[in-house]
Amino acid sequence: MSKSSKNGLLIDYEYCTGCFACTVACCQEHGWEAPLSGIKIMEIVQDLPKGKAYLTFLPFPTELCVLCSKRTREGLDPTCVKHCMANCLTYGSFQELAKKLEQKPRMVLWSPR
Amino acid sequence: MEKTKTKIVRTTTWSAGPGCHGGCGVLAHIKDNKLVKLEGDPDHPWNQGRLCTRALAMTQYIDHHDRLRSPLKRVGKRGEDQFEEITWEEAFDIIEERMKGIRDEFGPESMIFSMGTGRDIGPWICMLAYAFGSPNVMFALSGNACYSPRIAALDTVQGDYCVFDAAQWLPGRYDNPEYKVPECMIIWGYNISATCPDNLFGHWIIDLMKKGTKIICIDPRLSFFASRSKHWLQIRPGTDAALALGFLQVIIKEELYDASFLETWTDAPRLVRNDTGKLLRESDIFQTGSDQNFVVFDTDSNTPVIWNTLEQAYGKASATPALTGIFDITLLDGTQITCTSVWEKFKESCAPYTPEKVEEITFVPALKIQKAARFYAKAKPAAIHWGVPIDMTPEITPLCHAIAALWALTGNLDVPGGNVFTRSAFNAVAYALPGAEGVIKLKDQDQDIPRIGKDAYGPFNKFIWRCQTDKVMEQIFSEKPYPVKGLWMQTCNPLSGIGLDPKQWQKAFEKLDFIVGVDLFMTPSLRYADIILPAATFLEKDGVRSWWVPLQTINKAMTVEGCRPDVEINFELSKRFDPDFKWDTIHALFDEILKPSGMNFKTLSEKGWALPPENSASRPYRRHEKGLLRSDKKPGFATPSGKFELYATLREEWNLRATPYFKEPPFTPVSRPDLFKDYPLILSTGRRSPAFFHAEHRNIPWLRALDPDPVVEIHPDTATLYAISNGEWVVLENWMGKARFKAKVTKIVPPWMVMAAHGWWFPEKKEDPLFHTFESNINMLIPMGEQGEDGLGAPIKHLLCSIRKESVEVKNV
Ligand code: SF4
Ligand code: SF4
Ligand code: SF4
Repeated sequence: MSKSSKNGLLIDYEYCTGCFACTVACCQEHGWEAPLSGIKIMEIVQDLPKGKAYLTFLPFPTELCVLCSKRTREGLDPTCVKHCMANCLTYGSFQELAKKLEQKPRMVLWSPR
Repeated sequence: MEKTKTKIVRTTTWSAGPGCHGGCGVLAHIKDNKLVKLEGDPDHPWNQGRLCTRALAMTQYIDHHDRLRSPLKRVGKRGEDQFEEITWEEAFDIIEERMKGIRDEFGPESMIFSMGTGRDIGPWICMLAYAFGSPNVMFALSGNACYSPRIAALDTVQGDYCVFDAAQWLPGRYDNPEYKVPECMIIWGYNISATCPDNLFGHWIIDLMKKGTKIICIDPRLSFFASRSKHWLQIRPGTDAALALGFLQVIIKEELYDASFLETWTDAPRLVRNDTGKLLRESDIFQTGSDQNFVVFDTDSNTPVIWNTLEQAYGKASATPALTGIFDITLLDGTQITCTSVWEKFKESCAPYTPEKVEEITFVPALKIQKAARFYAKAKPAAIHWGVPIDMTPEITPLCHAIAALWALTGNLDVPGGNVFTRSAFNAVAYALPGAEGVIKLKDQDQDIPRIGKDAYGPFNKFIWRCQTDKVMEQIFSEKPYPVKGLWMQTCNPLSGIGLDPKQWQKAFEKLDFIVGVDLFMTPSLRYADIILPAATFLEKDGVRSWWVPLQTINKAMTVEGCRPDVEINFELSKRFDPDFKWDTIHALFDEILKPSGMNFKTLSEKGWALPPENSASRPYRRHEKGLLRSDKKPGFATPSGKFELYATLREEWNLRATPYFKEPPFTPVSRPDLFKDYPLILSTGRRSPAFFHAEHRNIPWLRALDPDPVVEIHPDTATLYAISNGEWVVLENWMGKARFKAKVTKIVPPWMVMAAHGWWFPEKKEDPLFHTFESNINMLIPMGEQGEDGLGAPIKHLLCSIRKESVEVKNV
């Protein structure tokens, strides 16, 4: 796929719980053999001052993500977005998603390969 | 070639497959009797289209090449890999003959019917046991330490179980005008990533956080919630009761409690005798008085006044019961005694637990305890969600009592956004659970007499209708008062998951005459079975679910050749064992369970799900005010006194302490400094994995890839101390045994504790008939027989161990 896509994923990593539903949903939809998937979850334990720490799960769409082109052509959400247990993934045009990005901290906007 | 269409079947997840306690609405895409895809049902109020890993991996589960597809008969020795295929008819005949043989020679109670976690197998295994004539249904975990202890504890003090309110009862969910979003939620020992505990959808909490709920997180691990909480209390495992009492101490001292709830709805003014420490009863002071009636001191008349339990009223129209004070009372025989109120006694129980004292016990800084307690008490509404660690300590009941007092005294019981009573939807109850009697029941009380553990422990005669698991284990070896000869083991794998001290379970298996195993895959425990029956996933069966809301059906979407649903297996055998078996068809049984809803299986499955109607006992709110909880329809709670009991009448009857307390668990640095010298780390187990349900799913490639190895989490400082690096294999060891794990060096755990994953065996290592089940099994380090005074709870979250590098390099996992 060329970068003709004007769409991407908005990832609200504040609420990602690291449940991996997105990872497995992608496997089911696209038939990936383990451990391949269009989306991986990184567990990051950040050090904070005074010996404190903070746990973040960061969903990371991989080289295999095709933004569920077949589903989105049919007007469906990508399967990772649909099944995300925390409703923390949003699919849409960069324009719409950028607006949402302005409204809330701890989000990343991801553009596919 | 003609193209067959894909049909979409709407059904409910429960039991084998995702393995969970269920509730999700799903759409199964079926083509040519095969599962093509499973998706969340966007219209379903429970999950609203979402779905977890284990449900999304169903296509790999249902057609797995290792699924058992034929009944098997053991032809070698126990524990070996020697089985031959037989037909279902042959299998049923052998089972019938062998089990009837045991029944004739030793009595029906000599057969134990064992299950793993309480999924939809619960009713069907009871049905079979009761049809056979045995009351001995066993949940195979030591101390029955999952969920039923919490339910029994709450039934004891407040008459009903309760859960956090996420509007799951209401049409429109969060948007329903009756609902309020909790301002504060205490997450007590629960990690969300693994999804759904106790018949709740875990991620409802995320929905609430997005709507503004602030979190107090009580967890020794830096979990998702810990990171996002307003207050994180990093507790030493096993000291939860001290923390709860500490909260109560702050709330009482600073008068942050709801005084009107205390006066109206609790037993606070009831008098307690200072000579015996027991409740003063009407029969103590009046010749014709009842021992079921209690006494308060009326400040208007300065006399004792009777609380008439039957009438749920005071013996005097306008009594003003004293909450505090010391009162002189004359007993029947003229003896003068002094009495004080339950409220005084309760306050006395909490008073020693000052923030400083609690800091010493729990490791949580005093200031944090104070701040968190104040925040919880002032937030309106506020809810508490507790996880299974609450059950996994021997003094579980006093702990639950203290936590229950928190939501009661802050006025958060059965209010929108608080902790809300939960009953089976529409009162459609399949089988006897704590607090409810079901359609499937023992034929008569006599059948219950030999139930193991029943006479040893109070709650087992009042709320818990299973046998006490540690007592069963004892009896298998002692054969007293009667021998155990056979075991029916259904979706239950003690050698890998639910069985503490698994070598003891192995010995027990070896001792028994006859074992039937029912499961979906070959497991280490099934190697000990004489007959194995292949069961079905939730997609291959019909069923009903009323635990808790909504009322739902499971609808058969497809079949897998050779496999049969648990309910069908147990139904067939129940008919063979019981000539008077009540039902002709499984659907007739479902219909009877659903009867209180006015629907039957067919109408409900067409409808999909149903929420209980307004003003019914299974729908909130404020049911104690409306008289919806008690069988006499009077306002109040379904407790012996009709009140929320700060002093548990039933515990007094069971000769147990009736107010909450903390007792140091059996194997901690404090209680066993001798062991702590050799085993200097607190060992905690059982953190959930999003990939697995306990011992299940290690063979599902998409899931295993998420969590490939048995992992022990260890803090970087501790790892340095023992020269352990990330990813290295280590040995955990204590006086019980040892097990090998892969070290995950992480600040998620505190330096003084390691967290080891549970449920590990290796289905891929087929060269060993037992699939290396004792190798990385953390239960090797956990004893049985350490249940609490009331037979409940087990020390699963707080043991001691040492850690070292594995000396020999082991390649390959
Ligand atoms: S958008 Fe589709 S392809 Fe991309 S990660 Fe999500 S599920 Fe996979
Ligand atoms: S499904 Fe959502 S919450 Fe779960 S890991 Fe993926 S992005 Fe995170
Ligand atoms: S674990 Fe939770 S999300 Fe997964 S199927 Fe069961 S109820 Fe649904």
